[in-house]
Amino acid sequence: MEFFKQTNTIDFMGKSKMAMLISIVLVLSSYGLLMTKGLNFGVDFAGGTIVQVKYADAAPIDTMRDQLSTNEMFNGASITEFGSPDEVIIRLKTTSKDISQDMGDVTREALKGTGDYVIRRVDIVGPKVGDELREKGVMSLLLAMLGILIYVAFRFEWRFAVASIIALVHDVSIAMGALALIQIDVNLDVLAALLTILGYSLNDTIIVFDRIREGITDTKNLLLSDTINESVTKTLSRTTLTSLTTFFVVLTLFAFGGEIIHSFAFTLLVGVVVGTYSSIFVASPILMWLGFDIKNYHGKLAEKAKRHAEKEKMRAQFEQGTL
Amino acid sequence: MRMKFNFRLVLLILAIVFGVFFSIPSLFQTEKGAKITLGLDLQGGLHMLLGVKTEEAVGSRMKSIAASIKHYTDHNDILLDTLSASDDEVKFAILDPDDAPAIDLLLKDIEGVKINYSGENYALVMTPESIEKTKKEAISQAIETIRNRLDQFGLAEPTVARQGAEKILVELPGIETQEDEQRARELISRAAKLELIAVDEERAMRVYNMTEAQAAQYGDVILLDKDRPEVKYLLKEIPILDGGLLTNATVAFDQNNRPVINFALNSEGAQIFGDFTGKNVGKRMAIVLDGEVYSAPVINERIGGGHVQVSGNYSVNEANDLAIALRSGALLAPVYMMEKRSVGPSLGAESIRNSMIALMGGFVLVFVFMMIYYKMAGVIANIALIANLFIILAVMSLFGATLTLPGMAGIVLTVGMAVDANVIISERIRELLYEGKSLHKAIEEGYANAMRAIIDANITTLIAAVVLYAYGTGAIKGFAITISIGILASMLTAILGTHGIYTMLENKIKKSQNPAFWFGISKKRLG
Repeated sequence: MEFFKQTNTIDFMGKSKMAMLISIVLVLSSYGLLMTKGLNFGVDFAGGTIVQVKYADAAPIDTMRDQLSTNEMFNGASITEFGSPDEVIIRLKTTSKDISQDMGDVTREALKGTGDYVIRRVDIVGPKVGDELREKGVMSLLLAMLGILIYVAFRFEWRFAVASIIALVHDVSIAMGALALIQIDVNLDVLAALLTILGYSLNDTIIVFDRIREGITDTKNLLLSDTINESVTKTLSRTTLTSLTTFFVVLTLFAFGGEIIHSFAFTLLVGVVVGTYSSIFVASPILMWLGFDIKNYHGKLAEKAKRHAEKEKMRAQFEQGTL
Repeated sequence: MRMKFNFRLVLLILAIVFGVFFSIPSLFQTEKGAKITLGLDLQGGLHMLLGVKTEEAVGSRMKSIAASIKHYTDHNDILLDTLSASDDEVKFAILDPDDAPAIDLLLKDIEGVKINYSGENYALVMTPESIEKTKKEAISQAIETIRNRLDQFGLAEPTVARQGAEKILVELPGIETQEDEQRARELISRAAKLELIAVDEERAMRVYNMTEAQAAQYGDVILLDKDRPEVKYLLKEIPILDGGLLTNATVAFDQNNRPVINFALNSEGAQIFGDFTGKNVGKRMAIVLDGEVYSAPVINERIGGGHVQVSGNYSVNEANDLAIALRSGALLAPVYMMEKRSVGPSLGAESIRNSMIALMGGFVLVFVFMMIYYKMAGVIANIALIANLFIILAVMSLFGATLTLPGMAGIVLTVGMAVDANVIISERIRELLYEGKSLHKAIEEGYANAMRAIIDANITTLIAAVVLYAYGTGAIKGFAITISIGILASMLTAILGTHGIYTMLENKIKKSQNPAFWFGISKKRLG
């Protein structure tokens, strides 16, 4: 079976201006969303308390609300259904430092009389830990990008590295924009998803870049856009297939993975789509616009080969004792 | 074609044998063998990050210095005026200047303090180094103490470890209910600071008309009764002795069959206790635990031997936990909660079930898709995929790695990403076949060309995973682990493993003359 049977090259670069426009609009509106709506930080980053309660039957949310409102410790608490009608999440901005009597215990006492329930999860993140986790989160995103930048620059060329990083920033920005739009709780698992998107999207970009690298080394045609078009066309089948399988897998995770893994899977879903798109329509055109020059590259390759040959010669002479 | 030793195939078979063999203990939960540990989010349990109020350890060190000065001067009949201890200073004055040499002898033995004299007045403050040291010791002591307490509490495999410079990580798997969890938390956080303090009998009558500040003027403190908060006691600020001199604490039952705690003092404690009770017959002595008066009996006679009984209105569980806490010693500094995550066992089980469904679903989907799209090449890729799963399990078992819910997601994701290598390779082979290359050339060149791309792509993903491991906490680390192992395993199974299978089957494929069956490509385009 084959999806892509055409043997003629598709003119991707010809559509790159259009694609770039779409990307710019998407990225800008993402930043707009981030600025206006903002990310909905969950307890991991904002600090606070989460109590997950499961009732034997449907949870009496109104009764719970009434009962909790009598205790001032629950001021500003939000009570929402979680995954199913009998499961409820109570979110609080407050935390307690007391170990022997924490907000979970307080909630357990406060809910007495609302029915048959068990407390299944209590997360308390103090403000200091929240700040620390957020700092670490931003650091990890930056460090991962830096590591990738260095690696790609080392294996390819600096323009490839810059192009792939721009594509990554593009992907992460749009993914965060989507998070702001849906107002999903941003917790540590979402950060993990964002880092996975970095890795995944780069995966795609590198496969395409690898073909471009191969193409420019062999080609006699000095027009970069032709080589890029050829390379993208040749990898199109792989790009689509892998993206599809990954997409399906993440979709099963989203559908069956349970409520806890929801925001993680959602972030990945967005990331897979955007990442695939960006490797074709963002990373490659930027490479072109950064002024990558095939002639120049050939020259460098030739020089490298020359240097290598000279070195070999020197070594041979040295070993024969003629130097 | 000459037969060559197919080392790739041998490696693949070895890898599969390794994978299956070492994942058996985890899959079937056998008695022996290294197994994967389930994270607290999957098996249920309590995870806490505790902070230590180290500055209070400094305060209590000042208090214990004051106590030893008091004992020394009492013992040597030196009269002191206003001995007092604050958070950072011990102050006193001697009435008779002739006692100065004796005091100097005592002060010489106290380490880490700076002594300021002015005439007969003494002020002791701790040196900055000694403050630093006291704080450090408070943290290690807290870790040690909490570990001791939890070991005696009888939970399976508690973890107590330092995290960063001054945080303590506590992990307790296998807690069934919220009530049990709370009991464990009470045990951990209990200061268990036992003090025996003399009642200030001269002013005891006036305690109900006295403010804290007034009491402090006489060198006294006001403490409340544990069971009857309306009852107040006026006690000396500086205790006779504290729990540091305790050697054992056990639960016993009194004549009414109510639990009581017996504790034994070491020889120094017994000496001090004996001396004090001998000199103060007829007066009261309060037994104070964590700032609450448990009882304040009248001393009838000198009590030697160093055995003391504390009665209180507690349940058997409370008495047991209290005895554990007393035995393991007091926390030099109080601990407080910085982060807590607790998951009930039923939620953990649900998470396992959900992620297994997702894993199976994703697996079947990819499996079927690859077979339809690539035919036999898909089957070969699927063999690599299964091998990959077993290798992940085996490596995790061998290292005793922890499998968390994000870790499960990592495995699911690996399934999606691991087929990528084989997709790249299969696409290359198809391409080369269309170009009219021979089968042998198509396979060899396909692998050679795909290799570079696969390695570059995987290493960059690995970079992200390693950063995630370094910066992630708890469950997220589990995700980084499974992804990393998955990537490495997929490079092994996809690049080497499937290549070995193709080498083995090459002649067969050639003879069959049916590339559509082997690679799922159309004969028409092959021409």
